[in-house]
Amino acid sequence: MPLRRDAALNAGAGTHLGLAQGLLCCCLLLASPFAFPAMAASQQAAGEGQARQQVAVLLARERRDLPPPLSLLDMPAADDAVAGAQLAINDNNTTGRFLKQEFSLEVIQAEASDLLRDVEARVRQGVSFVVLDASPPTLLALADRLKDRNVLILNAGANADELRAEACRRNVVHTAPSRGMLADALAQYLVWKRWRRWFLVAGADPDDQAFADAIRRGAKRFGAKIVQERTFTLDPGNRRADGGHEQIQEQIPAFTQNVPDYDVLLVADEAGQFGDYLPYRTWDARPVAGTQGLVATSWHPALEQWGATQFQNRFFRLANRPMRALDYNVWVAVRSIGEAATRAKSATANDIITYLRSEEFELAAFKGRKLSYRSWNGQLRQPILLATPKLTVTVSPQPGFLHPTSELDTLGSDKPESPCKAYASP
Amino acid sequence: MRAGSVRSLPLAWALTLAALGAGASPLKAYTVYVTNEKDNTVSIIDSSKLEVVKTIKVGQRPRGITLSKDQKWLLVCTSDDNTVQVWDTETLALVKTLPSGPDPELFILHPTGNPLYVANEDDNLITVVDVGESRVLAEIPVGVEPEGLGISPDGALLVATSETTNMAHFIDTTTHAIIDNVLVDSRPRVAEFTPDGSQVWISAEIGGKVSVIDPKSRQILAKIAFEIPGVTPDAIQPVGVRISRNGKLAFVALGPANRVAVIDTATFKVEKYLLVGQRVWQLAFTPDDKLLFTTNGASNDVSVIDVEKLRVLRSIRVGRYPWGVVVARH
Repeated sequence: MPLRRDAALNAGAGTHLGLAQGLLCCCLLLASPFAFPAMAASQQAAGEGQARQQVAVLLARERRDLPPPLSLLDMPAADDAVAGAQLAINDNNTTGRFLKQEFSLEVIQAEASDLLRDVEARVRQGVSFVVLDASPPTLLALADRLKDRNVLILNAGANADELRAEACRRNVVHTAPSRGMLADALAQYLVWKRWRRWFLVAGADPDDQAFADAIRRGAKRFGAKIVQERTFTLDPGNRRADGGHEQIQEQIPAFTQNVPDYDVLLVADEAGQFGDYLPYRTWDARPVAGTQGLVATSWHPALEQWGATQFQNRFFRLANRPMRALDYNVWVAVRSIGEAATRAKSATANDIITYLRSEEFELAAFKGRKLSYRSWNGQLRQPILLATPKLTVTVSPQPGFLHPTSELDTLGSDKPESPCKAYASP
Repeated sequence: MRAGSVRSLPLAWALTLAALGAGASPLKAYTVYVTNEKDNTVSIIDSSKLEVVKTIKVGQRPRGITLSKDQKWLLVCTSDDNTVQVWDTETLALVKTLPSGPDPELFILHPTGNPLYVANEDDNLITVVDVGESRVLAEIPVGVEPEGLGISPDGALLVATSETTNMAHFIDTTTHAIIDNVLVDSRPRVAEFTPDGSQVWISAEIGGKVSVIDPKSRQILAKIAFEIPGVTPDAIQPVGVRISRNGKLAFVALGPANRVAVIDTATFKVEKYLLVGQRVWQLAFTPDDKLLFTTNGASNDVSVIDVEKLRVLRSIRVGRYPWGVVVARH
């Protein structure tokens, strides 16, 4: 492998995880999830003599300096995203062995400039599918560098609305839900609940402000009212978090005092730096929703509806931990490639990309509805879960929010309002 | 039947009985067994009274349910116990548990009465179990999340669906080799042969369609779609499929659409949608094909359909999340 080993998440385990291992390797997965011997299971079904079609998938993650989360429970796993990709590769190969298709995974994790260089190098060597977990500037830089190549970038990590709007790129689809989708999912439920008066608390960080924008838009779309907005400013040199519970217990009630009567506090804290301090500490006894409290997410590790139990079990056996939203977004991306290859009966990039973007494409992904990609901006349409840390509370779209073609399109940017020009003229 | 209408039942029911008995034959007393997934119970219904006569406690998460060929044994997939439980239909005592492989969900008996083919949803396998000897004869690797199983009337061909692979696997029951794989729509759930063995019907829950396949050529003969005014297309999720013994009508449970579709097997046209309980899942005919029972998971009841009149007679409250249903000959 030409790949830089130090860039791999699982150093030493190697990064080329090709081959079909869906069946007989379950036992091996327990011991070593990312080191596979050559496949045995696939031989049986695929027959002999016929060449297998190969589909290579690259998972590229940008290394970023993120502050640690408030809760130890939220520490990301070392194989965050990677385990989701591996599970999807396994699933694809279990299917692929019946169709003589074989999927392989390679993982690159590096800082932005190295990542761009390494991904481009792999594309030159023939990789056509890049599942990306990166910041918006890195995503745009990569998309522009690869724009003349037959490559599809599947954005599994960035929720920025502009990537689906003015800054959209034709060679990018998004399995990560946009901020707009998350905020709309929350807004629908809170309005259904008749909690229409919101107190919006946002961090000063641009990401938090962007989430707050999405909340404001959601309020307007679905008929809620923001009665008050406040910015929660952190002193980076002296995080309030460091004070222990005594200080927080004093600070949060003071911060949330003297607010006009409201039903629910909406918090915008994407990096998880203060939002979890709010529940049970507000001046008024009010629930908290947004990026903490009741959260909108593409996946929850305790979801058991729609056959999700088996899916969660499969993931746990592979990774020895519960599945997080990023794992799910990546799983959906890699499964989308697999599903399109299955349906198109082809392993060539063109056929797969064409099918994935077509009206025919549909993916069963344990959410009780088929998922597909919006033709106007490449966003995956999907139900959004609203959940507490332990359980799913509900799933949006909510009953009564209607749409002429798909209720899923009541979440996020809909066709008539889409400012994405790159998709307008394919 | 919701609370509000319960009081008017006796009269309505008497009329129904009279209507049914017009030809002088009242409803025959068959025993209907329903697994309640959430309660870990099996409800036993008398089909002449259309009421629950007994509820028995079984293993954890009971789903698939069937009867032995001699009807002496009731077999229940107790998914969370990773076994198949065998109950005596006379004494309602637990006879034994069969090894089933992990997470058994649905199963089917060979027409001769043995072996039993079990779909292990969690392990991408079909486990072949000798019912008499309680021993695993073989394991057949299939696609991701095997679920539905159908067997040809002559017992030669087993069809297994895999939910995430989206295929119907055609398996030779002598060699246990997969002879072909047919790609169907998303999340195939149930495989059901026509009585003459000339077709196998495959429901696809997320795809929202039923594929009719010729088991000889493995060509898809028809794809049946469903359209119900006022019901969003995403809510139309076909799961249970049963075909009448004369082969003329197929009934398809449409999940959260809360309807059972009635299909003319000659034309593949949907003749009627019958409104039943919520999240209708599996179906079973009485042996005389006069009644069809449907499990309605989200409303905790069973709907009873008059097959001749294509009318829903009534619903019977059972346990929580009724899942599977089977009807005995007596």
